[in-house]
Amino acid sequence: MTPAEICTKLQEKFGADVVGPLVEAASPFVVVTTERIAEVAAFCKADPALVLDNLLCLSAVDLPKEKDQPRMEVVYHLFSYTHFHRFALKVHVPREGARVPTVEATWGVANWHEREAYDLFGIVFEGHSDLRRILLPDDWQGHPLRKDWTDPEFYNGMRVKPTEQMAERALKGEEFGTGPFKHDPDNAHVPGSQA
Amino acid sequence: MSAGITRPVTSAESVGWRIDDIGPDEMILSMGPQHPSTHGVLRIELITDGELVREARPHIGYLHRCFEKHCENVDYPGVIPYTDRLDYVASMGNSLGYALAVEKLLAIEPSPYVSTIRVIMAELQRIASHCVAVGTYGMDLGAFTPFLHLLRDREKILDVFEWTCGARLLYNYNWIGGLSHDVPDGFVRACREIVAEFDKVTWPELVNLLIGNRIFIERTAKVGVVSRELAISYDLTGPNLRGSGVAYDLRKAEPYCGYENYEFAVPVGEGKHGPLGSCFDRNWVRVVEMKESARIISQALDRLEKLEKTDVREKVPKRAKPAKGEVFARSEAPRGNLGYYVVADGTAVNPYRVKVKSPCFTAMSAFHHVARGVMIADIIALIGSFDVVLGEIDR
Repeated sequence: MTPAEICTKLQEKFGADVVGPLVEAASPFVVVTTERIAEVAAFCKADPALVLDNLLCLSAVDLPKEKDQPRMEVVYHLFSYTHFHRFALKVHVPREGARVPTVEATWGVANWHEREAYDLFGIVFEGHSDLRRILLPDDWQGHPLRKDWTDPEFYNGMRVKPTEQMAERALKGEEFGTGPFKHDPDNAHVPGSQA
Repeated sequence: MSAGITRPVTSAESVGWRIDDIGPDEMILSMGPQHPSTHGVLRIELITDGELVREARPHIGYLHRCFEKHCENVDYPGVIPYTDRLDYVASMGNSLGYALAVEKLLAIEPSPYVSTIRVIMAELQRIASHCVAVGTYGMDLGAFTPFLHLLRDREKILDVFEWTCGARLLYNYNWIGGLSHDVPDGFVRACREIVAEFDKVTWPELVNLLIGNRIFIERTAKVGVVSRELAISYDLTGPNLRGSGVAYDLRKAEPYCGYENYEFAVPVGEGKHGPLGSCFDRNWVRVVEMKESARIISQALDRLEKLEKTDVREKVPKRAKPAKGEVFARSEAPRGNLGYYVVADGTAVNPYRVKVKSPCFTAMSAFHHVARGVMIADIIALIGSFDVVLGEIDR
């Protein structure tokens, strides 16, 4: 089925919970209300015409500067090993206190993907069997892939961020080994290197 | 298909199992992160009953450097060296996947000359990567000689890479819209020699020494069976999926770089020596795939000789700044389908968001299912058969 046909089918079944029309992008997607994402996911897998039995990717995106509404998005890229078609679902969640129903009952792989989204974005997946940090240490504070993330100065009592004085001295040409202190005029086109 | 680990941690403050979580006669065993056969820094927590594994739980993240945050702070071409460091055993495939994704955003179509070189490089890399995968797998199980033979043959491929772009492991070769260097004079002849030697020496040797070896077969053929449903539910891809009998290969199903012009077969596991989807099948698929890769390289070399030479940097954009949009593109890396989800906001020269769907990450997420009920020694056979590279899992 084409993405447009899949979208029509979902709209017939879920009505207003499939928000808005299909967005024609390089990977077409449709936005679904957060509350019913687990049901939509289960339907996508179970319906014999869809059989989207494979979750290709579950990613989160932080959009604090979006005009209509600052938000985060969770994107589900789906694929069918029966019909060989692709589709994508999206849910919009608030940036603070985001909660999304888990889809791990439908696709096993969602378990780790959701843990990753929780770890790096702070999105809580309700009903998840094992929602712990996965990539970062268990005692890490905060969620680094959020756009408002600032590097902590200390981690467990160790200084991890260079002080301003050190950065200033580095800019004057003093060398502190390798790393972010080196200013290279040849690299001036790279954002961030012209501190 | 239930997803979670059946035995949750009871004590809230603990991230691992404690004495309260296990029954009589059971023991908690921590395998790794320094265990040589975990192929990097992977730690697996096991609940064992004698030699039997009741429950297993992988702990990852020891190599985490937040690749995705790095990407948001460099420009589009600047991401490519970082992608090389994801799966450091098969760097060519990583940068190719990223380049394809951004080319879709920018609507760039590389010339056939560039695409053909990309195919040759990707397939050489596949052979080199499978040499390491199958070789180290043999070594995990106690067969040391095939490993040395395979690394010897991989070396020749790395020599060609070094000759072309100056690097042996992390190439920065597939650029957006083109390549960093054209192939040197005599490249075709050197590749033909590699392919000929592979067909005549490496492959028969590999089959005789390892894959056809009775000890190897007995050790792997009934271990770690992954069913088709489990493989699809947990998004196992590449040789892991084909080992379970699903003939799905992106090079055939969604061809990129002109793969539709080449003749090759998609090997699948046959369950010849035991149930379908065992450790043996996954490795068998890798071994046959190497042979098919050699076939593709021969055809691509013929093509390359006939094609008119073009500037490989002709279509490399001076300033990559895609319009607002997003793309999820995937390609067949040696370890499976590598997906890049790239979001562009239309105003900046750096990506707004890059997410990597790593095939090793998804394979590892199914590990606890397969590990339940096997012997401790078979855990080693199991990890190796998924062919995970921790650089890609932890990103």
